Amino acid sequence: MSATAPPVPRLHIVTGKGGTGKTTVAAALALALAGNGRRVLLVEVEGRQGIAPLFDAPPLPYQERHLTAGLDGGEIFGQAVDADEALLDYLTMFYRLGSAGRVLRKFGAIDFATTIAPGLRDILLTGKLKEAVSRTESDRMTYDAVVLDAPPTGRVVKFLNVTVESGRLAKTGPIGKHSRSVARLLHSSLTAVHLVTTPAAMPVQETVDAAAELRKADLPVGRVVLNKVAGTKTADITADQLREGLERSNLPSTAAQVAGLLTEYEANRAEIEAAGAYRDRLERLRRPIDELALLPEGVDLSGLYQLAGVLRKGLGPARRSIADAPSNPEGGGRD
Amino acid sequence: MTDLDVDALLANEDKHVIACCGSGGVGKTTTAAALALRAAEEHGRRTVVLTIDPARRLAQSLGMEALDNTPRPVAAAEGVPLDAMMLDMKRTFDEVVASHTTKERAAEIFANPFYQAVSSTFSGTQEYMAMEKLSQLRDSGKWDLIVLDTPPSRSALDFLDAPARLARFLDGRVIRMLAASTPGARRSMLSLMGASAAVFTRVFNKVLGGHLLTDVAEFTASLEDTFGGFRQRAEATFRALQDDQTSFLVVAAPEPAAITEAVYFSRRLTEERMPLDGMILNRLTPVEVDLSAERSLGAAAALEEADADDPVAAVLRTHSDLARRRAAEERVASRYAAACPEIPQLWLPTLGTEVVDLEGLRAFGAAAGGAAKAPVA
Repeated sequence: MSATAPPVPRLHIVTGKGGTGKTTVAAALALALAGNGRRVLLVEVEGRQGIAPLFDAPPLPYQERHLTAGLDGGEIFGQAVDADEALLDYLTMFYRLGSAGRVLRKFGAIDFATTIAPGLRDILLTGKLKEAVSRTESDRMTYDAVVLDAPPTGRVVKFLNVTVESGRLAKTGPIGKHSRSVARLLHSSLTAVHLVTTPAAMPVQETVDAAAELRKADLPVGRVVLNKVAGTKTADITADQLREGLERSNLPSTAAQVAGLLTEYEANRAEIEAAGAYRDRLERLRRPIDELALLPEGVDLSGLYQLAGVLRKGLGPARRSIADAPSNPEGGGRD
Repeated sequence: MTDLDVDALLANEDKHVIACCGSGGVGKTTTAAALALRAAEEHGRRTVVLTIDPARRLAQSLGMEALDNTPRPVAAAEGVPLDAMMLDMKRTFDEVVASHTTKERAAEIFANPFYQAVSSTFSGTQEYMAMEKLSQLRDSGKWDLIVLDTPPSRSALDFLDAPARLARFLDGRVIRMLAASTPGARRSMLSLMGASAAVFTRVFNKVLGGHLLTDVAEFTASLEDTFGGFRQRAEATFRALQDDQTSFLVVAAPEPAAITEAVYFSRRLTEERMPLDGMILNRLTPVEVDLSAERSLGAAAALEEADADDPVAAVLRTHSDLARRRAAEERVASRYAAACPEIPQLWLPTLGTEVVDLEGLRAFGAAAGGAAKAPVA
């Protein structure tokens, strides 16, 4: 399945159906990528502040802030990008707005502009990503990788496919130009859109649909992460065997107790078998699959490192990025 | 904490709307569909379920694949007074425009590129149109009960806030300013706003391209005299949600983010004096046996000392895992009871299989209405 060595993705976009744990996977992926002196930026764009609690950190600001250490010697920075701030940023950069920016905000004009052109919000948000991906510092890229906790599968293609919308609404003006340069990055092999799913019918279906939709839009599908996979032990057992075992262990062994435990065991086993079928279905997407175990007590920071360890194995060894890597198609123009 | 009596709620003839709210991925659509089926089947109420974006298989089982924006009987539930529909926000918006203006004016509005953008992709349009459709269904008087599944917004609060935001935007001063500052408009408005308006139009013409502002101005001008402002409309719908005929149910899952969201939303509903009647907690890990995780794990370890592959140990480990999961979930879920002690709750363990057909919905509804109750805190 390995293609002919395309450039390693530096922009990782993590999406999935609601409830599959895409924020958790995005955070674990950032940890996994931040090894060996690498710097990784973890970004959220939906104003949910889902990242901070995973790291026991206060809510993320619009500015990039150090979050934690990576899996082995790297650094993670976090950021909550907000479209209004991004627009002000943008206007200040290109029009030297100064105090006029504040006036605009007072009039609700910023809110207006980011609401008026449906694509504009997404262009601004993805524009910030592009800026972070291509930013350099002396002889190296500021960030070796940028990980985005993206909108859910249902909305992600619309979010990423900014050129269509903006082309229609902002034919002239710098927004159109800007969005085209962002689109070049998003459609290049520097970007990978990873799909998170759980072993259940509807999330798997949505993953398959999303992969097709992404491919149709020419957006690069990255890895598939099968999350919250339950245990693997499946042995045959009868009610008599179980009753006898419970008695031997001095545990209650009433008929109800035996039946209840068997029900749990069989349900769990059915889940494990179903997971196998879903794995087969996902394999037909012909993308690498990472499998993350269900953490019984929920995800805390230690759990995140544990998941990161699994993802690291799939990603292979960490490499530092060089600033003038030929794989960077982004010229570095002002737009 | 009290138990939420779903059957009593579904049977209550004074309730005409049940709105299921919550963040994405908590089983909101499934809950709405299951409650609607139960209301129709067990309580004989003429019911319609309005869903926004159901998963494909669920849509199939309810016969909602044909997207025509009108309620249709659920064919698979023959003899049950249940209709279902999926919201088409573009078409709903078109209907609103068409019903409030002349044919010529409507055609003019439909052709405006800005209208096309607003009606299909605008953030908030889906929420606004869900409310619009809800009031249409209500006014028709064809149903005893409307069960509403709210849009999969990034935040449950969007359902309450987005319509007002859209209305504020379409009615607001920014848009008036624009209308005033496009060629041909009265100059007085512009001079009133002074220099800020000049800066505003200059910058936005540059950034967005001049034609967009003209489109917007034309769009609002044609809307303003056709119906009495979006704001009033949104406010009227909002008020309708406050009366006693409506019932809000907050749907959640035992995960920190979903519970936090449910708490925010519940508080907000209470502040707005919206009738919040209960919280449904989906996706609890089912545990059948009252045996502690620790005891179960200890016994499994002892058995494995004698035989590493003892199947009894595998059963006990499974139970121990489930019990730990359940305990962690209950710990998270108990935050809701602490924050909203007055709100009745219903805790629903996951059913054996995923809910993708009528049979599944029926079982879900039976669990909600019957046996399953919230444990005593």
